[in-house]
Amino acid sequence: MAETMSTGGVKPLLSLHNINMTFGGIKALKDVSFEVLPGEIHCLAGENGSGKSTLIKIITGVYRPEAGAVIEYDGQTFSHMSPVTAQAGGIQVIWQDLALFPEMTVAENIAFHTVIGRWPRLVDYRHMRRTALKALQRLGVALDVDLPLKDYSIAQRQIVAIARALVGEAKLVFMDEPTASLTQSETDHLIDIARSLSVSGVAVVFVSHRLAEVLEISSRITVLRDGALVGVYPVEGMTQSRITELMTGKTFNQQVRAKPVGDEPIVLEVKGLSRPGQFEDISFAVRRGETLGITGLLGAGRTELALSIFGMLKPRSGRVWLNGRPVRFSSNRKAIEAGVAYLSEDRLSLGLIQPQSIADNLAIASLDRIKSGGLLSDERKRRLVDRWIADLGVKIGRQSDAVSTLSGGNQQRIAIAKWLATDPKLLILDAPTVGVDVGARAGIFEIVAKLAECGLAIILISDEVPEVYFNADRVLHMAQGKMAGWFDPRTCSLGQIEAAVYG
Amino acid sequence: MNSVATRIKDLLGPEIAGPGFAFLAVMLFFGFASPQFLSEATFGSVAFQLPELGLLTLAMLLPVLTGGLNLAITFTANIAGLTVAWVLQANGGVDAGIAWFALGCVLAVAVGAATGVVMGLVIAYTRAHPILVSLSMMIFVRGLGEFLTRGGDVSGFPAFLQPIGHGSILGFPIPLLIFIACVLLWHVLLTRMKLGFNTYMIGSNIEAARYSGVNTRKVIVLVYTLSGAMCAVAGIIMLARFNSVRVGHGESYLLITVLACFLGGVNPFGGFGRVIPVFVALVVLQLLSSGLNLMGANQHLATAVWGILLIAVMILRWLAAQLMILNRRKG
Amino acid sequence: MGKLVRSHATEFALLAVIAAMCVFLSLATNNFFSLGNAFDLLNTSSVNIIFAVGLLVVLIAGGIDISFAVAASVVQYGAALILGWIGGGGWISGLLIAGGLGILLGAFNAFLIHRFRIISIVATIATFNIYFGLLMFFTQGVSIYDLPDWLTDRIILFEQEMADGTWAEITLPVLVMAVCVFATWLLITRTTTGRQLYAFGDNPEGARRFGINIGAMQFIAFGWLGMMAGIGGLIQAHYAQEVVPNALYGRELDVLAAVVLGGARLGGGKGSVLGCVLGVLLIAITQNGLNLLGVSPFAFKMIIGAIILAAITLSNTSLEKLLPFMRQRGARQ
Repeated sequence: MAETMSTGGVKPLLSLHNINMTFGGIKALKDVSFEVLPGEIHCLAGENGSGKSTLIKIITGVYRPEAGAVIEYDGQTFSHMSPVTAQAGGIQVIWQDLALFPEMTVAENIAFHTVIGRWPRLVDYRHMRRTALKALQRLGVALDVDLPLKDYSIAQRQIVAIARALVGEAKLVFMDEPTASLTQSETDHLIDIARSLSVSGVAVVFVSHRLAEVLEISSRITVLRDGALVGVYPVEGMTQSRITELMTGKTFNQQVRAKPVGDEPIVLEVKGLSRPGQFEDISFAVRRGETLGITGLLGAGRTELALSIFGMLKPRSGRVWLNGRPVRFSSNRKAIEAGVAYLSEDRLSLGLIQPQSIADNLAIASLDRIKSGGLLSDERKRRLVDRWIADLGVKIGRQSDAVSTLSGGNQQRIAIAKWLATDPKLLILDAPTVGVDVGARAGIFEIVAKLAECGLAIILISDEVPEVYFNADRVLHMAQGKMAGWFDPRTCSLGQIEAAVYG
Repeated sequence: MNSVATRIKDLLGPEIAGPGFAFLAVMLFFGFASPQFLSEATFGSVAFQLPELGLLTLAMLLPVLTGGLNLAITFTANIAGLTVAWVLQANGGVDAGIAWFALGCVLAVAVGAATGVVMGLVIAYTRAHPILVSLSMMIFVRGLGEFLTRGGDVSGFPAFLQPIGHGSILGFPIPLLIFIACVLLWHVLLTRMKLGFNTYMIGSNIEAARYSGVNTRKVIVLVYTLSGAMCAVAGIIMLARFNSVRVGHGESYLLITVLACFLGGVNPFGGFGRVIPVFVALVVLQLLSSGLNLMGANQHLATAVWGILLIAVMILRWLAAQLMILNRRKG
Repeated sequence: MGKLVRSHATEFALLAVIAAMCVFLSLATNNFFSLGNAFDLLNTSSVNIIFAVGLLVVLIAGGIDISFAVAASVVQYGAALILGWIGGGGWISGLLIAGGLGILLGAFNAFLIHRFRIISIVATIATFNIYFGLLMFFTQGVSIYDLPDWLTDRIILFEQEMADGTWAEITLPVLVMAVCVFATWLLITRTTTGRQLYAFGDNPEGARRFGINIGAMQFIAFGWLGMMAGIGGLIQAHYAQEVVPNALYGRELDVLAAVVLGGARLGGGKGSVLGCVLGVLLIAITQNGLNLLGVSPFAFKMIIGAIILAAITLSNTSLEKLLPFMRQRGARQ
């Protein structure tokens, strides 16, 4: 039986019991219960695939739970919700993908509920505009509500999504992974908004697997694992690592891996590299067998820097040497030929071709190596894939299965294998653990350490400071496109780097 | 033994199920319904009718695999046919030598490829939707053809062209042999060559392919170029079959080629599909129209039945997917 | 004003091109700048505009329809037969029958798409072949010339004698077209249903989470196009004074090109009635202008194709995109 925490006699605003849900034969939720008190800030935590999103979709009526479910909301009992009843009752969600309409105006996006309903009516644009302006005002934000949403940045769109959730009488607001694409100051702003909502009596549920930001303002935390409830806990005394243990059911003991790299030859050297508006005057060198960590907030120019080294962006000025020779790649194909590999931060849409097979995803960057007699050989492709799957310990069914059928961790191993098959000298890993379960991350870094031992030069980019602290030999801090400082994990503490990055 | 089975499965892929069942159904239905169906005459007519539609379908297949379409195929074939016709007419008409015909064919393929290059460049560099680009190319090429021929026929070709349209080698019609050679060429291209491999990858996710070092622009330009060149082959066969060229010949094939691709299990969004199942789908379509012909119906009814067949196959696929979900839920 | 231009860039670009062409043609030809020619343009474009606004609704909802033009032919034939049975009928019963038959044919597409999750291009290519094949099979390709008098009589709504003695006329198709355009505009910009269609085309999953009825969206979009196809078919029969089963064959692609030229996006969520009408008019004016300039009619399509190709290339190419390409070129030389 899962641990539960007394609600202290307060009648919950929302309570769910006996929630079961099955998709294509797989149990997504097993007998889950969930409660939210009026006006509280609550965390719903769990790894990818633990059932968080399914639970929200049941609460908002997108999915219908299996028979036996009991949903009590605001004094009423339901066997299931519908999007219309949920919205009428004041349940609002800010989805991770925002679920906004880019071609429509900001006003229409915020006041979209006015065009919902069974029977056609005339649209009252003036009322829509007023509603939108009022909602934005409540957030203390000024946007031109007549422009289409696509003209705005992701952070501004998130504001629009929040404003949309606040029109009408919201009583319960879910925020699904709200900080995933925000910079620190934007996250701070979001937390202020959540706090003021809570003060005005609106309950807020943060749904996240990264809780550092929201831990301090929440009162309780509900943890899900593999579709089942682990427990409900007070936030007092809770730490990030304790939550990780609860989410994964494992304990982790991380140690600094940094080592001296001494006089190994320099693989990559960068001097004064600049791309105005993205990064400026960047200089560093990476040696054979060295892991260079680069960290900084979102928008610090890390990915653009990596893409410039990889030949997909053109730096405005500065020089790059690879193995002592000056290089200027006209495309990433030239970079790959020269021995540079870049693992994209966006595995789902850029890193791998999800619907295609495991084998093809692994072989795509090294087709010339599986040729025989001028034609591609299935046999050589099979051998190549077998070898890398064995080397990296990837668990797969058949080579012809779509790569999307694999877990995040195994997908990332395939993506790494794709680049290793090109026999690189320099491997750039951009946020290699995004969308990888906490439990599987250690395995990825195991591989990274082994590759460095084999003599690969590695650049590890991450906005999660502990990742670079524990896994890199040196850490470069980038802020607003500039080099902000160097750290040596052997001589400094995690707190020092975190203070520099978030402070 | 087992490995032979896997080899065959690899060759055909899961896409074969739809056209395979359709093939069996058509053979059984007409085999019982019409005593003359399982005869040499049926297969003779299928063998002669298959190549025109088949070659155009091959031209349509590559763009569809990249997630696009080439709506200009039929008129590109006409323009290529006209190119041959003009070369022959300018050099003696019925008395033109075989060398002039060869030159005409080379120029025809070049013209077909050229339309593809233009479309490919526009699609690759501007990211305009392939339906639009090829649609405007279709309107342009049709207009160009009508302008140059004033809407009339071009005919009067040397006698040695006759066998290319109507002759046989060892009982196999020459157009069919040319078509089968092209099918094999496409099969090798798609399964054994880098260009084919990259075509599938681009069809599923062009940006991810670019990040993996695929020269996506080059692949798209080449795909449309090869599509245009294949149109030219179809145009030359059509010229030999009809012994004349007219802009508009084969116009009705345009949407049938798309239908044949979908019937052959090609994914409408691109990324998946094989040549052999599409070939089987084409055979099914021709058997259907020959069978209906034997029973006294005309080509128009066959066209309608083709549409019904496509819907039937799509509904069966949907049912199969539903059944799989149901089974898993029970198990 | 600047905001208006930015949010309606396609429409303004089309207007500018049309204006430039009109100025040029007015100077280069004697007859372009005349009421008679302008009315002529409207009379001849009416059917295409009716089709176009119908197709626009399907494109906005994220679908595509290849079958509407042959569906219009089926409706023409069916309506002519039904009108014969009921003893002639009139404009009201004619429009009701044509619209109703069109809605049925459109709803069949929506049924296939929604019930069996067949994507719209596959479903409508199948129904294109079914509708056209069956029509040609049952009619044997025979045309109907014996139409009721009310259908073949030209109805002139407005006429004015010109200085050279010819008459400038606005006929019934223009009125029907105006009503269809207005109704479509009302539907997609002023009703909640229309906004739901936009939202569904823009982000289907987002629309679903809002509780929008997806099935209803498909039936409304394809039903609306079916209705427009039916009405357009009847008007075309009126205009041509005959029903030829394959008269509209191939029209679907011309209309599609015009609608997309007018700013509608394949994939959904974008497009306006104004842009759609301007797209059809641009092509009609080009054709009209070429005619007046004495260009061979055989060259029309070639030039129009080249214009559309150029328009698509330019509208998809922003300067930033072209510049790196040109810079690379420059660097290599």
